[in-house]
Amino acid sequence: MFEALLLSTLLSQTVTGRPASAEEIRKFDITVFPDGKGLPAGKGTAAAGKEIYKAKCAECHNEKGEGRDQQYPRLVGGVGSLTSPKPVKTVGSYWPHATTVWDTIFRAMPYETPRTLKPDEVYAVTALLLHWNGIISETFELNEKTLPQVKMPNRDGFIPDARPYQKLKK
Amino acid sequence: MTSNKRRRLLALCASFGLASCAKQESTTPKSPGAGLSMRPYGDRSPFEKTLRGARESTKSIGVGSSRTPLHELYGTITPSSLHFERHHAGVPVIDPAQHRLLIHGMVDAPVSFSMDDLRRLPSITRPYFIECSGNGGGELAGNAGADASRSHGLLSNSEWTGVKLSTLLSAAKMQSGASWVIAEGADACRMARSIPIPKAMDDALIVYAQNGEAIRPEQGYPLRLLLPGWEGNASIKWLHRLHVASEPAMSNQETAHYTDLHPTGKASIFSFEMEASSVITRPSGSQKLAGAGFHEISGLAWSGRGKVAKVEVSTDGGKAWQAAVLDEPVMSKAVVRFRLPWQWDGQATVILSRCVDETGYVQPTREQILADRGPNSTYHYNGIKSWKVEADGSVKNV
Ligand code: HEC
Repeated sequence: MFEALLLSTLLSQTVTGRPASAEEIRKFDITVFPDGKGLPAGKGTAAAGKEIYKAKCAECHNEKGEGRDQQYPRLVGGVGSLTSPKPVKTVGSYWPHATTVWDTIFRAMPYETPRTLKPDEVYAVTALLLHWNGIISETFELNEKTLPQVKMPNRDGFIPDARPYQKLKK
Repeated sequence: MTSNKRRRLLALCASFGLASCAKQESTTPKSPGAGLSMRPYGDRSPFEKTLRGARESTKSIGVGSSRTPLHELYGTITPSSLHFERHHAGVPVIDPAQHRLLIHGMVDAPVSFSMDDLRRLPSITRPYFIECSGNGGGELAGNAGADASRSHGLLSNSEWTGVKLSTLLSAAKMQSGASWVIAEGADACRMARSIPIPKAMDDALIVYAQNGEAIRPEQGYPLRLLLPGWEGNASIKWLHRLHVASEPAMSNQETAHYTDLHPTGKASIFSFEMEASSVITRPSGSQKLAGAGFHEISGLAWSGRGKVAKVEVSTDGGKAWQAAVLDEPVMSKAVVRFRLPWQWDGQATVILSRCVDETGYVQPTREQILADRGPNSTYHYNGIKSWKVEADGSVKNV
């Protein structure tokens, strides 16, 4: 208790760390939330995404998102398989939020050169993956407003930690 | 000197880069070894060969894992060089002089810390385990590992030194309504996980040291998040950003992965705590008992909910159970070594261990876990592990 008190007094006097500027935060902040907060302005359609996918994604994820070997995940299909003995978890069958698709592609893909795609390109390949999964049409315009509104097939597929201990705890 | 011994001494000399030492040895076998300054950063004896295990297929690109060889180690602290690894975009090279930790979002005072800033703050040092929630996934799926590395090697235990996350969040002055903090790594894929504020303000640490020296690149050099007792994936490595928010980001890793799919088609999400578990490491798969008679049964136990209270061992396939000795000190959310003397009668048998933690939680059987969440839940498996001791002394997975 005494230590905590002493510490808070000391810490308020010793400023370790320096205030972060708005510019610095803008440079690093790439978080995208399910309600669309954090999405940059931009737009794209599946039709526009085809060329980008062919040039920057197909090498690893295969021509139509089938995946390759065990290394390169499949991005398409599996809807209806989650209750089967061999569930296929993909963007289409498993992911609850369309914003996560945009976020994953922008922050981590293409694997060798992440964060080199422009927002419009990310909207376009996101649209393509959603289209291949039968979620939107080829001409549907994905932008910072429409993306968070896309309802994913498995949107309601998640429940909180349900392990038996959670029941004992109550 | 036998030729075998001589060969080994030559190898030792060679590893020290000492040709003359090898020559000398034939005339003066008792001559001193290499001098103090020969290995300013020490290494183990050239006779010791224990290595991390990795699947060949995942070595080529930076996505994959390597396992701690639990069955070849002693005590509780995992040597830093043998800590398990799990990366999603390889191991980045980060200059600590350039590295910053940014805290922003729902805070009144966004702040950026350098490594020097962080080391100036009050530090805390404690042992904690880190376990990947995929540990034991093969056991659940029915492809049990042939040895303790393959069955449980995504578990390691280190002494960590760092700063309490609560100290940093207080400095940034969190706003009311803040309930999650999104932690992000500086690796190429900018791995991100959302952490509930109660955990962040409880025992979460931002650590810069592991077993007395700077943390290893594979463990997040120069800075990582450490969430005691929680699934390893959430303890973001190469930590460079903390985004305080009112909701989780629902990042790739916390939705598409690390969620437990039930037979109903629903999946549980944010199952953070690693429940009580244990594994016998001696005798264990791939080892061979030299013959009937005395053997010590020894293994590791841990719980993400606190201290291990008791470990019971059975040497007759689960009919009778005896309490094992727990080597002190038993620390919360850290690995403990358990031991039981055993007189082996030379007959084939099955040995197993069961951990009970201080909350009274008892490590379940595989059957209980299957009944609870089915064979496709992939993560958070902590079933009782058994090993078959054959009459010839060889130990196999069952
Ligand atoms: C050089 C190979 C490579 C290229 C090119 C590539 N990816 Fe990937 N991608 C990967 C790997 C490897 C992973 C798995 C990463 C992991 O396991 O963390 C992945 C994961 C993904 C995921 C997440 C899948 C999941 O189930 O979690 C998506 C979505 C994705 N990539 C989309 C794309 C898109 C869109 C492009 C083109 C802009 C692209 N990728 C280009 C290798 C690649």
